[in-house]
Amino acid sequence: METLLLDLPVATLLAATPLLLAALGGLCSERGGVVNIALEGLILAGAFAGATFTLATGSPGVGLAAGVLTGALLGLFHGVVCIHLRADHVISGLAVNLLADAATILLLKEIWGTKGGSPQLGTGTLGGIGPLPSLTWVAFLLLPLVWWLVYRTRWGLRLRACGESPEAADAVGIPVHRYRLSGVVLSGVLAGLAGVYLAMSAGSFTKHMAAGRGYIALAALVFGRWRPGPVAAGCLLFALGQGLQDTFELRVAIPPQLTAMVPYALTLLVLAAGPLLRRGRPETSAPPAALGRPWIRS
Amino acid sequence: MTAPAVELSGITKRYPGVIANDRVSFRARFGEIHAVVGENGAGKTTLMRVLAGVTRPDEGTIRIDGKRVTFRSAADAARAGVGMVHQHFTLVPVFTVLENLLLGAEPGFLPGRAAPPEVRKAAERLGFLPDLDARVSGLTVGERQRVEILRTLSRGARILVLDEPTAVLTPAETRDFFRTLRNLAREGHAVVFISHRLEEVRAASDRVTVMRRGRTVATLETARATEADLARLMVGREVLVREGGRERRPPAGEPALEVRGLDLDSDRGLPAVRDVSFSIRPGEVLGLAGVMGNGQRELVEALAGLRRPRGGRILLGGEDVTGLGVRQRLRAGVVFVPEDRRDQGLVLTLSAAENLALGAPADPAFRGGLLLRREPLRAAAARWMRALDVRPPDPDRPVGDLSGGNQQKVLLARALASSPRVLLLAEPCRGLDVGAIERVHGEIRAAANRGAAILLVSSDLPEILSLSDRILVLRRGRISGEVKAGRTTEEELGLMMAGGGA
Repeated sequence: METLLLDLPVATLLAATPLLLAALGGLCSERGGVVNIALEGLILAGAFAGATFTLATGSPGVGLAAGVLTGALLGLFHGVVCIHLRADHVISGLAVNLLADAATILLLKEIWGTKGGSPQLGTGTLGGIGPLPSLTWVAFLLLPLVWWLVYRTRWGLRLRACGESPEAADAVGIPVHRYRLSGVVLSGVLAGLAGVYLAMSAGSFTKHMAAGRGYIALAALVFGRWRPGPVAAGCLLFALGQGLQDTFELRVAIPPQLTAMVPYALTLLVLAAGPLLRRGRPETSAPPAALGRPWIRS
Repeated sequence: MTAPAVELSGITKRYPGVIANDRVSFRARFGEIHAVVGENGAGKTTLMRVLAGVTRPDEGTIRIDGKRVTFRSAADAARAGVGMVHQHFTLVPVFTVLENLLLGAEPGFLPGRAAPPEVRKAAERLGFLPDLDARVSGLTVGERQRVEILRTLSRGARILVLDEPTAVLTPAETRDFFRTLRNLAREGHAVVFISHRLEEVRAASDRVTVMRRGRTVATLETARATEADLARLMVGREVLVREGGRERRPPAGEPALEVRGLDLDSDRGLPAVRDVSFSIRPGEVLGLAGVMGNGQRELVEALAGLRRPRGGRILLGGEDVTGLGVRQRLRAGVVFVPEDRRDQGLVLTLSAAENLALGAPADPAFRGGLLLRREPLRAAAARWMRALDVRPPDPDRPVGDLSGGNQQKVLLARALASSPRVLLLAEPCRGLDVGAIERVHGEIRAAANRGAAILLVSSDLPEILSLSDRILVLRRGRISGEVKAGRTTEEELGLMMAGGGA
């Protein structure tokens, strides 16, 4: 029982890592005004590319770069479709997710001849400092970095202006499309990183391995009202569900289907409670005003 | 003789189906305040947008300080010293004042608190240094406007273009505003502003350019032109500028509408209206004055049945209708003409006849079982459109094709078509030109004379004064004064709006 208590914080931080990476990515995209339900697909694609290139080159570094690049490219695609072609953001995101799911299964078969997953990556690809893998440290260091980027730099101010009022941004000569696109691409980079973490911590790529983490990251983003600190708190809260599942499953005889529900049930519960807690709050906690709204100069 | 600050010549701008500017010429000097007047659709805004680089003309040349320039964007114009303050402000509401002032010209990393030197210098010239940490959404409209002007000046603008700057200001704010403009002109800026209000053009400008149907018809020394001259040049015929009080029978009988102790919350759940009581008798026009955002919108929405009161009662002919929805109130004869005609008032893609049908869901004349009876509808729509001089009076054309003034007339026609007992009018003449205002005001008087009880919400004090029998002033959600229309002045109302008077 003592070990259970000791393991829970670690399990929670591990589970929070991909959520936080993806949610911070989603924050960069949505603060610029582009809905990013594509996080799920970006994670999956990043995981696949990360695993594949690690196996092909034997270098986790190359795998990581490949995962990040794949996420960025897929993010670029989602961005161009939403921003320049003015497609519906949710539909484009769903398309990216379906595409990533199908493409990774197809490529698994083509490249490795397997149906369920890639060969093993071997241990220690992630590396670690203390009890936690390196990417977990990275994720939590990115939290203040993203905050600083969004609130304290020119890029962040302009990005937020594009997400709140593209007309106002345009009126002072800000290239709205370019800023929005940069936010979406950055979200691809971070979600790709989340995918790399998933594949490397699991030791291989398996199909559907994002398992809803992109959506939960999105839920954390909404729960945290698009602000880095609260978003991270949301990620930790949702990860606690996963952490509970992981620690219980190892030690207690509960049907695994029940424990597997815990993270999702907790997510629903917390989301339902959110609006009740926010009643009468000022509009600084409102979503970006132009979120999901395409913009062209009139 | 130095070169004019602005010299536009032969400017032509075509949009599909219309020529907004037809070989327009315009000059403004440094050191002057130059007003641009004209009816809706006369091309004023287009011309100013061309000057500010927002719109690219099809033909014509622009000279700034004698030098020929081509603007590809507002940023180009800003570099040449032209800054525009748009009718709809281009500030980001959730940003702080400082963030808005910096936006577009920021250093790579944002400063913590202090304003950069160019902002401070501009603030000194303007005599206005806002609270930099305040959120723009919490500022009054007048403050927002000054932030916008401050931003334009801090980017080095020497030619300041303002599109209907006073439409959103109280009389007191307007006076301050024109004092500010005068200071800027004295320092050598060229100030160009668009206005609908001839009396303020007379009071505040040095010269005035009149536009009609896409052309400039005259540029005059303001001191040598009367309001009647300007109105005639704008419309192309004689116009009654403002009527005094109205000829009419006195209102009589029991109140048609009565409000008792009404409490309302805003969309954000904050108090919007507190303990408001009043009544309106048949044939009476009750004016509701106040600066925008002091609870007027919430109040009319509650009366129309669109907003559930937190407390208090609404009575219609003595009967409690507090719990009734929009449809039941429509049936009871309460008709609402919202200020936002494009979003809340009309379905722009539907025809005038179809919009009329939407506003009269229960009228048996238009209904045959589940189906609409199209011919009576079209006939009624055509009749009303002719009565209000909607141009063109075509009941089958999508109302989105009509100009703003004509859309407003269609909306009013729909309201009048049902012979309302209670008519709720929110800013019925906003954005209309003198000719359209004359017509709309006539219809409002006629409706009152037919016995409708009318609530007129307007931020235009001359309008309130000329149409109302009684006037209530709403300030921060409470009634801050009640006066008879014949026994008050704009000054007195302005004081009550701002919180100075009784």
